[in-house]
Amino acid sequence: MNILGIETSCDETSAAVVKDGCQILSNVISSQIKFHQKFGGVVPEIASRKHLENICWVIEDALRKANVGLNKIDAIGVTAGPGLIGALLVGLSIAKSLAYAQRIPLIACHHLEGHMHAITAQGIKAPYPAAALIVSGGHTSLYLLKRQAKYELLGQTRDDAAGEAFDKVAKMLHLGYQGGPVIDELAASGNPKAILFPRSYLEKGSLDFSFSGLKTAVWYYIKKQNIDFDKDFKHIKDIAASFQQAVVDVLVNKAIMAAKANKVTNILMAGGVACNSQLREQMQQTAQKEHIKLYYPDPILCTDNAAMIASCAYYAYLRGDRAYWSQNAYSNRPLEE
Amino acid sequence: MDITSYSLAQTHNLGEKLGQILPAGIVIALIGELGVGKTCLAQGIIRGLGVKDRYITSPTYTLINEYQGRCPIYHFDLYRLSDPKQVVELGYEEYFFGTGICIIEWAERVRQLLPESYLEITINSIYEEKRRFRLLLQGADYQNLMDKFRKIYT
Repeated sequence: MNILGIETSCDETSAAVVKDGCQILSNVISSQIKFHQKFGGVVPEIASRKHLENICWVIEDALRKANVGLNKIDAIGVTAGPGLIGALLVGLSIAKSLAYAQRIPLIACHHLEGHMHAITAQGIKAPYPAAALIVSGGHTSLYLLKRQAKYELLGQTRDDAAGEAFDKVAKMLHLGYQGGPVIDELAASGNPKAILFPRSYLEKGSLDFSFSGLKTAVWYYIKKQNIDFDKDFKHIKDIAASFQQAVVDVLVNKAIMAAKANKVTNILMAGGVACNSQLREQMQQTAQKEHIKLYYPDPILCTDNAAMIASCAYYAYLRGDRAYWSQNAYSNRPLEE
Repeated sequence: MDITSYSLAQTHNLGEKLGQILPAGIVIALIGELGVGKTCLAQGIIRGLGVKDRYITSPTYTLINEYQGRCPIYHFDLYRLSDPKQVVELGYEEYFFGTGICIIEWAERVRQLLPESYLEITINSIYEEKRRFRLLLQGADYQNLMDKFRKIYT
């Protein structure tokens, strides 16, 4: 069964064809990173217009790369939220139109449920029950996956998402946009113990996160140090490594705590920050010590993409979920509902 | 009107008090550098407007977070935008000139798009958690707002 997935919830326009929920035939992401670099600034493709310009060729490209005609698509899965309404509507409208014209089912997916299906898209069986850490530029949340489509929010950030902290600290260090990968790289040759930045664990037992204080602490540290950003590379690397360590310590601590508190032996990680090498390594080591099995997708499936949406839609299809033609986009809605 | 806050809790409380008296339709422009407490103040304002959601988080990535309190609330963060044109493409008129309340972080980037009357709040960092808030009413509307605020914020 071939499902065409469509995702336009934030910056990326993406379309993918996934067979039986577990075999990616194509996964096209109109990444705006090249666009950013070309213009040397922060230019998220927030504009619905940008999604509009991209969506048709992205879908055509996905079908072509999969070598599957539209007549061989059995259902369409699309992100209905949460995200920017104007952006979501572009994907949702074209998904509805195609499904209507082809007389095939339409399945509306929750973006975060999509992230949890990044591993199933690449053929890994979903672990149940599990604690899931979704960590990206826009989200930092812990869920309990009880069984298929049964989620419970255990905690989430009360202010900034972890990926947002990475991007803002990168900007403070004059490292440009897309801070995650740059900090990851610099941190590899920096000393993570050079500066003790605060770790916010909040109240005892809380599975919520807070990264705003850490961001501010790094900001004050940099201001006090009078750094020459063209010369003090050692210092910049130490700041990057120490900051990253502070984020990773909290993420690992809370994910393990979530698993133990709910007596589950699986942890699933997804979202853009799940690409971070220090996070992967430390989570793996800690999980192993605690006899917890760790799952995470390939880097390309960590960021926003339509393959995970297609896989998510496949399982929803099997459960009998169908969207009505009146399906609307939503900016915010808990996953549990 | 200038107000000094000595902690995040005080900043949150200042926002909450302000939220209680804000008229529907008003735009709040938040101005201040990274880490100065814009989101913290916005969280307070949103709570003060009667939002019961468990989480009120930073809209840096999402650009706009929507809430329903005693009126619709749109929490903007223009940090990732460099050009007012992008805000135009977001369909800003529907928000800025609608019946809901807009709270805009990094509002100085779209000054030319703001309505004639709005409340401008500039936040300056003094040291550590100490902050100075300058509340300045722009334009001719909402003239009794500051008096109302003085009465409840002492």
